[in-house]
Amino acid sequence: MSAPTSASAALAGLFRTCPTTGLKVHKDADALIKANAVAATVALLIGGIAAILVLLTRWQTVHLLSDEQFYRWLTIHGMNMLIFFIIFFEMAILYFASAVLLNCRVPAPKVGWVAFGLMVFGALMVEWTMFTGRADVLFTSYVPLRAHPLFYLGVILFAVGAILVTVIFFATLVVAKREETYTGSVPLVTFGGITAAIIAAITLGHGAAIYIPTFLWSLGIMNVDPQVYRLVWWGLGHSSQQINVAAMVAIWYLLGALTVGSVVVNEKISRTAFVLYIAFISMASAHHLLVDPGFGPSWKIVNTSYFMYMAVLASMLHGFTVPAGVEMGMRLRGHTQGLFGWLRRAPWHDPGFSSLVLSVVVFGFVGGITGVTFGTEQINIVAHNTLRIPGHFHATVVSGTGRRWRSTASRGSSRTSSRSVCSSSRCR
Amino acid sequence: MYKTGLTAPQGVWWKPVHKSEKIWFTISFVWCLILFAMMPLWHLRGGQNPTGIRARVEPSAYLARVTQFIGDYGTGEFESGIPVVAPPPGAEVYLLASQYQWMPVLKLQQGAEYTLHLSSLDVNHGFNLYPFNVNFQVVPGYDYGLRVTPTEAGDYRIVCNEFCGVGHHLMVGKVLVEPAGSADAATPSATTAGGGQ
Repeated sequence: MSAPTSASAALAGLFRTCPTTGLKVHKDADALIKANAVAATVALLIGGIAAILVLLTRWQTVHLLSDEQFYRWLTIHGMNMLIFFIIFFEMAILYFASAVLLNCRVPAPKVGWVAFGLMVFGALMVEWTMFTGRADVLFTSYVPLRAHPLFYLGVILFAVGAILVTVIFFATLVVAKREETYTGSVPLVTFGGITAAIIAAITLGHGAAIYIPTFLWSLGIMNVDPQVYRLVWWGLGHSSQQINVAAMVAIWYLLGALTVGSVVVNEKISRTAFVLYIAFISMASAHHLLVDPGFGPSWKIVNTSYFMYMAVLASMLHGFTVPAGVEMGMRLRGHTQGLFGWLRRAPWHDPGFSSLVLSVVVFGFVGGITGVTFGTEQINIVAHNTLRIPGHFHATVVSGTGRRWRSTASRGSSRTSSRSVCSSSRCR
Repeated sequence: MYKTGLTAPQGVWWKPVHKSEKIWFTISFVWCLILFAMMPLWHLRGGQNPTGIRARVEPSAYLARVTQFIGDYGTGEFESGIPVVAPPPGAEVYLLASQYQWMPVLKLQQGAEYTLHLSSLDVNHGFNLYPFNVNFQVVPGYDYGLRVTPTEAGDYRIVCNEFCGVGHHLMVGKVLVEPAGSADAATPSATTAGGGQ
C-alpha cells in the first residue's frame, strides 16, 4: 500500500489503522460505515423474521398467517430486504470504497450523519405504515393500489438520504485527489464503488421521480398513470439491484485481495466491464415490462436484447477475471502445483474466501442464468409473475448479496483470519 | 508487477490484454450476439409473442364493452354468479379483471381464432392461464388485445398473479374450450397454448 503523502500530523489523530487490511481509516468514516452496516443488519433481521413467517404460511400444512397478515409480512419482507438492507449496506460500501481505500477523510461527516438520520427516519416511517397495516401493497406498491401517504414519504426521505451519501462519495473522490491521499488512478475496488454510486444516482433519481408524484397522488393532489408508474418504478426497483451488482463485484475483488491476495489480471478489462454496467444495465430494467400492454415490441426488444446483453457481457467478464485473479494471486504465493493446486490449497476454512466462491458461483450461475433467460420476450410469457421470479432474485440477493455481506462482516470482525491477510499483503 | 484491487495503479493501466482474457471476451461477446439475434428473430418467426393490439381505454368504457359483450354472446348460464359467454369464432372477446374476479366465464372453441382483450377496472392484475402458464400484465386504463387460438380442449383457470389486495389469491376465473366439432367431454391434458399473436 502506498502511504498517504500529505496527511498532516494534525489530521493523523483522526485516523486509526485497520487490523484486517492495514489501511488507515478516518474515524468519521469508520463510524458512518458501522452505523450503516448496523442499520443494514437490523433490516436484514426484520426481513428475515418476516421471511420465516411468510414461509410458514406458504407451507400449506402449517399455514400460519391469515390472508391479511400474510400480505402484510410479505410487504415487510420485500421492503426490508430489497430496499433497506441492500441500500444501507451499499452506503457502508461507498464510504469504505472512497474514504478508506483512498486514505482520505470524509469531507462532510455531519452531512453523512444527516443522511443517515434521514434514511433511518424514512425507513422507520415506512416500517410504521407497514406494521400498522396502512401499506399492504407489497414491495412494488403498484398504483392505484393505495398505501398511507407516509409510506411514500418515508421512501422519499430514505432516497434523499441515500442521494446525499452518493454526493458525499463523489466529494470524497474530489478531496482525495486534491489532497493527494493517493497517487495514480483510483484502485479497482473504488472504481467499482464509483460504478455503484453512478448507478445509485440513476436509481434514486427514478425513485424520486416516481414516489414524489405517487405521494401527491396519495394525498389526492394529482393522478399517476399505472403504466407510467410501472415504467419509472422499475427504474428504481430493478436498478437498486444493479447498484448491488456493481458493488458486489467490487467486493469480490476486495475479498479476493484480502483472503488470498488475488490480483487484477488486467485493469483495462475489469474497468471496461464496470463501464458497460453504467452504460447498459439501467435499460435492462425493461425486462419487467415484457408482457405489459403499454409498450411496443421494438421498445421491449431493444432494451432487453441489445442493451441487456451488453450488461450481461460485463458480468461474463467479471465472472472470468475474479477467479482468474484468485488463481494468479495463489500462484504468486507459490501454490503452483498442477492445474488446480491453487484451488485445492485455497483457504477454504476462511469464511471470507469460501463465501466469495459461493457468492460468485450461486449469484453468477443460478442468479445470472435465470435472470438472462427470463428476460427474453418469449420466455417471459411463461415466467412473468410466477414463482420462477422470486426463485431468480433469491438466488441473487440471498446467495449473492447476503453471502457477500456475511463474508465481508466476517472479514471485518475475525481477528484470527486477519493474520493470514497480513501475510498475504506481502505479495501486493 | 501485479496489484490487488485495493492498490491504486500508477501510470498507464490501459495495457494489452492477456490471451486467455481475449479468448473469454470473444466467446462471451459472440454468445451475447447470438442471444441478441435470437430475440428479434424469434419475434418474427416464433408462434408466441406478447405483442398485441394496445390502446388506452377508460375503465368505465371498458366495463361498458364487457357488458355489451356479455349481452351479445351470453349463454344465459352462470357459474358462481358469473355469466358464461360463448363468442363465435373470430369474435372480439372482452375479459375484465377487478378485485377479486374475472368477468365473464369464457366458452371458446378449439382451433378458432379470437382477439382476447384484457383490462382492469381498478388496480393491476395478472392474467395467468392455468395450467398452461401463459402470463400477461393487466393494467387499468390499457386495453391489451391478444390474438389467441385455443389449441387444446379443456377446462382452464385464470389465476391472478399480480398482487391486487387481500382477496388476491381468491381471484380465479374460468375458460372452457370445447373440442372442435363435438360436444364431448374435454381432455384436461394439453401440450401447447395458443399464445398471443
